Amino acid sequence: MAKPLLEFTDRGIYCEQGRFYIDPWKPVDDAVITHAHADHAYIGHKNYLAHHLSREVMLYRLGDINLRTIEYGETVTKHGVKISMFPAGHVIGSAQIRVEYKGVVWVVSGDYKTDDDGISTPFEPVKCQHFISECTFGMPVYSWKPQSEIFTEVNNWWRTNVQNGVATVIVGYSLGKAQRILQNLDLSIGKVYTHGVIENTNEALRRNGVILNPTERITFESVKDEVRKGIIIAPPSSVGTPWMRKFGPYSFGYCSGWMAIRGAKRRRAADRGFIMSDHADWNGLVSAIDATGCESVYLTHGYTASFTRYLNEIGFNASEVHTLYGGEEEEAPVTEGEEKKETTPSGDEVKEEIVS
Amino acid sequence: MKAFAQLFLSLDETNKTNEKVRILKDYFNSVPDSDKMHMLALFTGRRPKRPINSTLIRTYAIEVSNIPQWLFEESYHVVGDLAETMSLLMPESPNSSSKTLTEWIAEINQQYTRTEEERKLWLIESWAMLDAQERFVFNKLLTGSFRIGVSQSLVVKALADITGIEAPALTHRIMGSWMPEDYSYDQLIREQNAADNISRPYPFFLAYPIQETSEKRKNAEEVGAALGPADEWQAEWKWDGIRAQMIKRGGQIFIWSRGEDLATEKFPELHPFLNALPDGTVLDGEILSFQNDLPLSFSVLQTRIGRKNLTKKILADSPVATIVYDCLEYAGEDIRYKSQSERRETLEGLYQQTKFPEVFNLSRLITFKTWEELETIREQSRVMIAEGIMLKRKNASYQVGRKRGDWWKWKIDPLSVDAVMIYAQKGHGRRADLYTDYTFAVWDGDKLVPFAKAYSGLTDAEINKVDYFVKRNTLEKFGPVRTVKPELVFEIGFEGINKSSRHKSGIALRFPRILRWRTDKPKEEADTLDSLKALLNE
Repeated sequence: MAKPLLEFTDRGIYCEQGRFYIDPWKPVDDAVITHAHADHAYIGHKNYLAHHLSREVMLYRLGDINLRTIEYGETVTKHGVKISMFPAGHVIGSAQIRVEYKGVVWVVSGDYKTDDDGISTPFEPVKCQHFISECTFGMPVYSWKPQSEIFTEVNNWWRTNVQNGVATVIVGYSLGKAQRILQNLDLSIGKVYTHGVIENTNEALRRNGVILNPTERITFESVKDEVRKGIIIAPPSSVGTPWMRKFGPYSFGYCSGWMAIRGAKRRRAADRGFIMSDHADWNGLVSAIDATGCESVYLTHGYTASFTRYLNEIGFNASEVHTLYGGEEEEAPVTEGEEKKETTPSGDEVKEEIVS
Repeated sequence: MKAFAQLFLSLDETNKTNEKVRILKDYFNSVPDSDKMHMLALFTGRRPKRPINSTLIRTYAIEVSNIPQWLFEESYHVVGDLAETMSLLMPESPNSSSKTLTEWIAEINQQYTRTEEERKLWLIESWAMLDAQERFVFNKLLTGSFRIGVSQSLVVKALADITGIEAPALTHRIMGSWMPEDYSYDQLIREQNAADNISRPYPFFLAYPIQETSEKRKNAEEVGAALGPADEWQAEWKWDGIRAQMIKRGGQIFIWSRGEDLATEKFPELHPFLNALPDGTVLDGEILSFQNDLPLSFSVLQTRIGRKNLTKKILADSPVATIVYDCLEYAGEDIRYKSQSERRETLEGLYQQTKFPEVFNLSRLITFKTWEELETIREQSRVMIAEGIMLKRKNASYQVGRKRGDWWKWKIDPLSVDAVMIYAQKGHGRRADLYTDYTFAVWDGDKLVPFAKAYSGLTDAEINKVDYFVKRNTLEKFGPVRTVKPELVFEIGFEGINKSSRHKSGIALRFPRILRWRTDKPKEEADTLDSLKALLNE
């Protein structure tokens, strides 16, 4: 049997015929990148190929790299292998990579979501024989509500905080969630302030021609009483830091798919958890995979074991593959308040349970 | 149910204590009195009995959710809470219920008289009537405990604010066995006296630890600096048994464990001594296994606690007695307001009259002049089969709950070994979907032998790192358990060690927990089974 067009190696997904890698995590000559998140766009490759809308963010994050960008639907040929990109709906500039050689088509999803967030180009299913998919939220307990409902909650929470004279801090990843939040806030309530890391990403996107709502970067000169009337968009790494505490008293909301589970929400110790993800939920994953009409599907990261088993039971030919994706941009931070030890149940408490 | 479901949601949406109290007050102010009592019962651990066992509820939930059973089980491991798993997996419902909490609980209780088929039908119809949040709370009523990050003291505080009754009095009034069906809100807030409910225990006064973790050891000098002159304090051994309140009122006796469980029938050996006490007496002490007037280790007591039937053999192998250290009520008078020394005198008076000195032991006072002297005495704790030393301020009253100030426990440092993690399992609650429950092994020759499970002691940052390691170093999966590459070494602390025929290692530990992650130690340097067994004789 001939070698498959794409293989899984310890450097990343490899196309031997085309001599390029997709989202490799070790340095290679030719890298095709699905999107600019750190667990997909690593530093150290000789040549990068990515979507046009990833350009400025990648240059900002990875420095002076040798980067070529293309549009959705545009084709690049390497050693006879046709490479093209299709919207993944994950973040601005995220792409599924379609690879074709002698009539065989593979698609690498990167990360994706099937719902339209109003800012990333919406996900398009691409017909293929072999589909390499993520499954970050590949469990049936994950089911997203329409985005409009979530933002009604967010805006109501912000409005209440302003009335109560409490600052509002909303936490989301700097590429993706931050812009999604920014574009869906009710700006009649107040002004939007941003943490420097997020504003740098916003600026990169604006250089790329993306039109974003106005924001104001928080600096040493920012006036606390003014900021309190607005909303602060901050990255997860800022939670519980002195930077954040200086805006106190504040209410802090966390936007993530993990907020769907009470335990996970309590662990993050957020005042409010908004269930909002840039990944497909259970139904989104199953329908996206189904829409490709693929003969085989490979699951790269997330609940791979359970999801693979389920897909096989309902008639797909699915298998788990090991990659280094995930755990990066959906990973929740440990807040400073949580740094304390879990209390060990004392002997007395354990005894109490034994008796009952 | 709407208001109760909303209460849950609102409590979940804040981490601030004041905000939680406000939410609880809003709830109390907005629902009928019977709902108030039901909520109070639920939040203080008085759940209605379960008319449908949880295996059946699970089965019906799987049917309604239309997913394979294994996927339901996997989902449960991800969510870490059965009630929540079921509500997340069921198809969305456009309905919402207008029945009150009281009405729902009445319906649940009615199910006892129904057939299994009728119950199933009722359950599936009920699910269809409720929205997602109501369904979650409803499932909680049917299956789980109500641990929701709100302590009883917060609920009492809210109630105290509303009723104007002081929190300690309210805490006392909600002690003991009552159900919302037989205890009304009116009765709760009305003036009461002890005779209203002769079985009712007083809230336990709990000691605060002098050293919060075993790493923060305190020496005599530090203890002295914190507590002041040694002669203001009474010291006793901290006995390793079951804390209990023993009541004799109106010719009847009641034994309450600290978990507010009525345990009278579990300790028949104590009945003669309690029956002989004068009416209107309440004692506070510890129940332990005793042989030849000497306390035995807790593991001996443990063998009989879980038993439904106390056979002659069990009673012979593990006879119990009490060590009493306080008197809370004497001659029908609540004497908790009196000083420790005065209560001690009353207690000693009772002790002198008893005809059952082999069962009614008095907690001996430790004589000491200086903190340094006491620190030396504390070293003998293990020999005494004690957990350390209790310190009680001589002029202090008997208070409510765990308070800093007048009662302190100065426990001995745990024993410890360095061990290798070999299995991991996901946790529950706020540890859901994270590998937080570990099994540890020590070396037996070139083999690693598992000897203890522990799930606490790491910081959240460390847990995240271990979870990351587990996910990437899994050798095998057995259901929810993963065998991981033996590599990470942890220092495991424990209170005691005993021989055990049930464990492969031949030993069983008491309260094992993780003291620290030894990132500095390679697995080869972990301890051996022999070194662990050597501790058996200490």
